[in-house]
Amino acid sequence: MLQILRMAFRDLGRNRRRSFFSALAVAIGLALLMLLSSVIQGEMGSALESAIQLQSGHIQIQAASYDENKSSLKWEDLVENPDRVASQIAALDQVKAATPRLFSSGFLSTGDESSGVRIYGIDPQSAANDPYRDGIISGSFLTADDREGLLIGQPAALKLHLQAGDKVSLSVNTSNGDVLEQTFIIRGIYTTNTYGFDGSTVFLPLAKAQAITQTENHASTIFILLKDTSLTASVANSIKAPAGLQVKTWEEMNSLITEFETTANSYIGFFYLIILAITVSVIINTLIMSVYERTREIGILAAIGMRGARIMGLFLSESVMLAIGGVLMGLVLGLFSVYLFNIRGFYIGNMGLNGMLISDTIRARLTVDKTISVTIMTFVATILSGLYPAWMASRMEPVEALRAEK
Amino acid sequence: MEVVKIENVARVYQIGKVETKALRGVNLSIENGEFTALVGPSGSGKTTLLQMIGCLDQPTTGKVFINNKDVTSLNRNQRADMRRGTIGFIFQFFALIPTLTAYENVEMPLLLNGHAPAERRERIMELLKAVDLTDRANNRPDQLSGGQQQRVAVARALASKPTLILADEPTANLDTTNGQQVMEIMKRLNKETGVTFIFATHDPRVINYASRVVTLQDGLIEKDTQTR
Repeated sequence: MLQILRMAFRDLGRNRRRSFFSALAVAIGLALLMLLSSVIQGEMGSALESAIQLQSGHIQIQAASYDENKSSLKWEDLVENPDRVASQIAALDQVKAATPRLFSSGFLSTGDESSGVRIYGIDPQSAANDPYRDGIISGSFLTADDREGLLIGQPAALKLHLQAGDKVSLSVNTSNGDVLEQTFIIRGIYTTNTYGFDGSTVFLPLAKAQAITQTENHASTIFILLKDTSLTASVANSIKAPAGLQVKTWEEMNSLITEFETTANSYIGFFYLIILAITVSVIINTLIMSVYERTREIGILAAIGMRGARIMGLFLSESVMLAIGGVLMGLVLGLFSVYLFNIRGFYIGNMGLNGMLISDTIRARLTVDKTISVTIMTFVATILSGLYPAWMASRMEPVEALRAEK
Repeated sequence: MEVVKIENVARVYQIGKVETKALRGVNLSIENGEFTALVGPSGSGKTTLLQMIGCLDQPTTGKVFINNKDVTSLNRNQRADMRRGTIGFIFQFFALIPTLTAYENVEMPLLLNGHAPAERRERIMELLKAVDLTDRANNRPDQLSGGQQQRVAVARALASKPTLILADEPTANLDTTNGQQVMEIMKRLNKETGVTFIFATHDPRVINYASRVVTLQDGLIEKDTQTR
């Protein structure tokens, strides 16, 4: 066995440049698989993270009759005494923040332009609103007692040519079906780098939002962020929703993202196959050339009594060595390109996907599991690609092989 | 004792629509310890006959017996086993594995036969000494002259202590001095170890070393002469 391995190693060394480029083909294949999978994981992970941080939280408590898509403001569809419910939830160890939010819809208009917006009434002091606070790029964040200020996202500010300090008219639907219009001052302009969200969401202090929508002491939801996403199921189970309320988890509220991820993964599987097929054909080609070049040697080995299985083992050992070399190079290349993609990101702007909060910059994210699975996939494919050339070598008739030109 | 027995062996090659009769019914018996030359012009069937004896090819009709065992009925693996244990080969081209050193080339048959490392080392050094290449043990074929390479091939052929060594034009690619040196080594080893040598040649200087000369012509034995 040692002699076979020694021969295989030296055979690869005989044509170093060819062996190197074959291993490089394996390496590039693996690096591409790592990059592709990390980009998809990064994109999906970021969409989910954005959705949790900005929109759904880990858990929400809503009125049993509340329909998210309608943003109903009827009192029976809202949570009564939301501060009390939120403070009870916030007392749990696993909870990072629990805060009431009121959702409404309306129109933001300046002199001759207007834009449909979703209005978030928030408690400015809650840690759950840190992503908006941290995203202020102009002006300042809201305060709880601000009666005239609102926050507007950067894309909407650009569209309506607004700056911090400008006045703007906001028309809001109220709980009894009327529309109220009031002039607000742009207190600040924020960005979460999520075009879909920033372009259509304005923030008011909760008290002001309740006043303008006539939903006193009511909120659409209790928005809950946990210390860790993995705690969701256990916390959701431990929360006993008061009568007439329902507990919803991020999985239920973000089914679109998880479905999209499943679909994306099946498309990615197809790309994996293409990359692996190219890698495999390069290795098959190299090994077949090697078999033809060494036909006479195969004849000599057969003449001195080496059985076909051992000859096959010799060529398979070469593909194993190419696989090991290629995979090691590929891991270095792959990790480096994932790292670059991770720190620099890839700006995609507004993807225009409705219902999903896609960040404007893709950042690669690679898990250990995924790295192991694509590495094994590449390694096995490379070894399998050695099967046919090895079988070909093992089936050569010694007489024919010995007759071959050197 | 009869090492090789050939009974009415014919070998017909079909290339396209053309049928070539390389052997046309050869009968031959070789005794243990003989140093036999197969001679004849190109195309007379010398190499084909060696390939039949060496279990590298199978006759179209007839039977080949090696050490009284019918080898025409053996399958691929059994023929490989027969070659490994019983037959050593020396080819016209210096048939060494280019990536292995002289030592490792000689070692190959011993490895295939499962000899222990210490036993292998002793046998290899003994053989390299016999072909006067002890100082070249760690050289690869491309660092050896043609004559030295052929001597390594002789050592390798003898490694597993076969009962029969087949050499196909062993001196054809060597100059006179090296050719003589190889033949003398083969002859000496034949005498010292008693191993049977059959070699194909049409070099008259080589034929002189043979104790028996079998002349082939058009796939048939034309003459069979004991020279000493």
